[in-house]
Amino acid sequence: MAIDSEVLVVGGGLAGVTSAIAAARAGADVRLVSYKQSSLRQASGLIDVLGYVGDEVVVDPYDAIPELHEDHPYRLVGVETVRDAMALFDETVDGYHGDHTETNALLPTHGGTVKPTARYPAGAAEGVASDDRDTLLVGFERLVDFDAPLAASHVEAAGAPFSADGVTITFPGDLQADAKVTRYAKLLDQNSPVAVDGRKVDTRSALAQRVASHLDGHERVGFPAVLGDDHTDAVRATLAEELGVAVFEVPMGPPSLPGLRLEDRLFDALDRSGARYEVGNPVVDYEGEDRIERVVVERNGSRVPYSADQYVLATGGLVSKGVESDREGVREPIFDCHVPHPGDRYDWFEDGVFDDHAFARFGVDVGSDLRPRGASGSVEFENLRAAGATIGGYDFAAEKSGSGVSIATGYAAGRAATEDLT
Amino acid sequence: MASTPRIVVVGGGSTGAGVARDLAMRGADVTLVEQGNLTHGTTGRMHGLLHSGGRYAVSDQKSARECIEENRVLRDIASHCVEMTGGMFVKRPEDSESYFEEKLQGCTDCDIPAEVISGERAREREPHLATDVDKAISVPDGAVDPFRLVVANAASAQEHGARIETHSKVTDLLVESGEIVGVEVEHGAKSGERVHGVQSGRETIRADHVVNATGAWAGRIGDMADLDVAVRPSKGVMTIMNVRQVDTVINRCRPKGDADIIVPHETTAILGTTDEEVEDPEDYPEEQWEVDQMIETLSELVPMLADARSIRSFWGVRPLYEPPEVGSEDPTDITRDYFLLDHEERDGLPGMTTIVGGKFTTYRMMGEEIADHVVAKFGMDADCRTADVPLPGSEEFSVLRDYMDEFGLRSPIGRRSVERLGSRAEEVLGTGEPNPVLCNCEGVTRAEVQDAISQAGADLNGTRIRTRASMGNCQGGFCIHRLAGELHPEFDEATVRDSWDDLLQERWKGQRHALWGNQLQQAMINYALHATTQNRDHDPATHPVDFAAFDSGPGSDRRLGSDTVGEAADGD
Repeated sequence: MAIDSEVLVVGGGLAGVTSAIAAARAGADVRLVSYKQSSLRQASGLIDVLGYVGDEVVVDPYDAIPELHEDHPYRLVGVETVRDAMALFDETVDGYHGDHTETNALLPTHGGTVKPTARYPAGAAEGVASDDRDTLLVGFERLVDFDAPLAASHVEAAGAPFSADGVTITFPGDLQADAKVTRYAKLLDQNSPVAVDGRKVDTRSALAQRVASHLDGHERVGFPAVLGDDHTDAVRATLAEELGVAVFEVPMGPPSLPGLRLEDRLFDALDRSGARYEVGNPVVDYEGEDRIERVVVERNGSRVPYSADQYVLATGGLVSKGVESDREGVREPIFDCHVPHPGDRYDWFEDGVFDDHAFARFGVDVGSDLRPRGASGSVEFENLRAAGATIGGYDFAAEKSGSGVSIATGYAAGRAATEDLT
Repeated sequence: MASTPRIVVVGGGSTGAGVARDLAMRGADVTLVEQGNLTHGTTGRMHGLLHSGGRYAVSDQKSARECIEENRVLRDIASHCVEMTGGMFVKRPEDSESYFEEKLQGCTDCDIPAEVISGERAREREPHLATDVDKAISVPDGAVDPFRLVVANAASAQEHGARIETHSKVTDLLVESGEIVGVEVEHGAKSGERVHGVQSGRETIRADHVVNATGAWAGRIGDMADLDVAVRPSKGVMTIMNVRQVDTVINRCRPKGDADIIVPHETTAILGTTDEEVEDPEDYPEEQWEVDQMIETLSELVPMLADARSIRSFWGVRPLYEPPEVGSEDPTDITRDYFLLDHEERDGLPGMTTIVGGKFTTYRMMGEEIADHVVAKFGMDADCRTADVPLPGSEEFSVLRDYMDEFGLRSPIGRRSVERLGSRAEEVLGTGEPNPVLCNCEGVTRAEVQDAISQAGADLNGTRIRTRASMGNCQGGFCIHRLAGELHPEFDEATVRDSWDDLLQERWKGQRHALWGNQLQQAMINYALHATTQNRDHDPATHPVDFAAFDSGPGSDRRLGSDTVGEAADGD
């Protein structure tokens, strides 16, 4: 007997979870299966919708969407669907700001510059760059992903409307040279006493004391994004209280705590939506011709069939191996959906590191119904839709559009799948 | 001659650095000028083979004898640059039996220790060898790190008083009264302190003698004084795999051919190579078929290569030379021997000697011959000592084990640091400061990077070649911003950003030839990190944004007035 549901979502990243929530809220019986940890742990935790069209920075994403080419996922689902999808995100996922306006915010990141984004975690809110409060950035000597003095100079070079200084301090307590970001977060979560000049002081207070002498009139302080995991709001509040200024986190690269926190919040929202989910086993195969009858999940070495009426493919792009390649070509590995790509491997890339690379747009080809299409343009399976980075035809890195496309297409695919239930 | 002769050595590859060290040790006043960073030319673009001489044992026995002699010398004076992996010439069923016998005889003739082993024995040593490999000849091939070796030679030259100028391009030879009397140099003009030595501007460096050790570029230097140096540059591809499929150098035992060698090098294996004559050593096609040929042909020897992960490919240009009267059609027929061209004897223009041809393994011997030639001109009575005095980092090698105990460096990272640094380990690692890892792929720590920066300045490529940082699987995806951070605050933000961009681009260049499978995934991850999270593709420092137009935060009354519109401070 196959494990049965009305809508089966394959993939547990932003697109998959959004799709499952959207379908469940529309009344479907939903199951989500995902294999490995999603790429959220590599992402900054910022929710970008659209930051650039070509080389032009975007102030209002909804205004700019019509400028995108007509096969862009945003154009396929339409501006209003993007708005509705973002509203669903705002309603279901806790701890994010930015929904008070349709205007992008500029957020400082660990690269030392700022980037346009539509939603940002509460922890990053005080760091918004369109704010003239002078800023102190604090780095930790052994935390090599954030060089605060360099970041401060860089953000000033970017023309930020505030003055920024950076200082590197030693994190209180005994940390080994290569402590992971989660270790810093845990120490701050636990707030255990550490020895400072022979006295025992709580970790958060000890950290605040080390920063205090560098405050020198700065009105806000930015730390690398390690300020707690389970109790991040409390950690930030304690630091702000003790320092007497606003405190924020600067989003960083992998492993990214804001990304991991976002993942937790998404799965909380998924839980509340009533959808079922299971993590850890890959979908390896499917059965069916024009319609997918069932997919095969590999579980402890055995092949378990999962059947559903409608399917959503949200396994991600090249990063998450939802799209794979070898020297001969590019493919979508589960359903073998067509992935348009140049026949000559040397046309997949350009010579400049940030040029307009074809590979950045690799993914399945979909129409406005989000159904993957074959090379001839015909629908591959009548009950399969794609969402998120599995879809090709857009460069999320250059556009800063990854999260928004995942949310918008996930939402649209989940809703459409539910409407199509027989 | 009473005064100390002033010698300008042009070229910072293995030959130039070797000549500079040799002459400096003999007491000459040496200036080395290099257009890029050290190893910029062919030296930084080779497969890292320390020849036993076996490859030339049939076709070119003079070169073979030189190789085995220098192989022994380098194991001694450059122990921290050499890994004695051993090598094998393996024979497949379709390869000629008589050639196998000739190879064995050739090795014997040239005093290269060689032993025939069965296919089974060969597979015991290298389990991934093809099951139908018949037999092999075992030889003392090794792996050598060309970057470390050249840097050590330059450091030694400097210790003996030489001046080393990188990013300094010779724009002309000074000719006065029928004699070459120096060089015109243009020092690198990148922003900030990007160069080793003098920054930007032109300089005339007068010399009693000029040594042209520019390899494939020797013809260009010759042209500056209307000298005809007919170097025949020949390109070869090297494809780097992300792990060592083999721990022994694997050669195909057959007459000359493309794609016939695998060299284990640090954490990688390097597949080589092709041999194709090119017009211009700086501008030649780098083509897909060459990469595909490496993988396909060498997977006949090591089948797992067919589906293995490559992290990048690069091309090098051999500075082949033969006397014009030989006239070989095929570059593979051109000798690998080296030639010393005394332009006084040859062209009636005194003041310069050119060295062309030759190979990396014999760089020291070439240096010795040129230095002998130069000191003889000046009547100096000074013997060569480069074969006896260890390079910096290779002194007192036995002490190495003690360092490892002393610093508690038993971890894989500590061991790799010490292997790279050799006898300099204490000086570099013993800072007493926390020493986090910056490059996880290659296990490179902050102390090593800081040491490299003290030598290379703001040029992160110079730090890369000294430490291997950014040369592993992720090709800098996770560490380039960390390396950039290490430059600050010694170098200002604009200089750091410039150097950061250069290293991103340099790493991208080689990866383009490995973009499929896992490395394409890696490239997408890197692109996502650098563009999405760091916004380096539209860095507002160079792509100005109007801060006042954007959201100033929820419930904020801090919205900026239009009078505070931000502008990039140094947009370029």
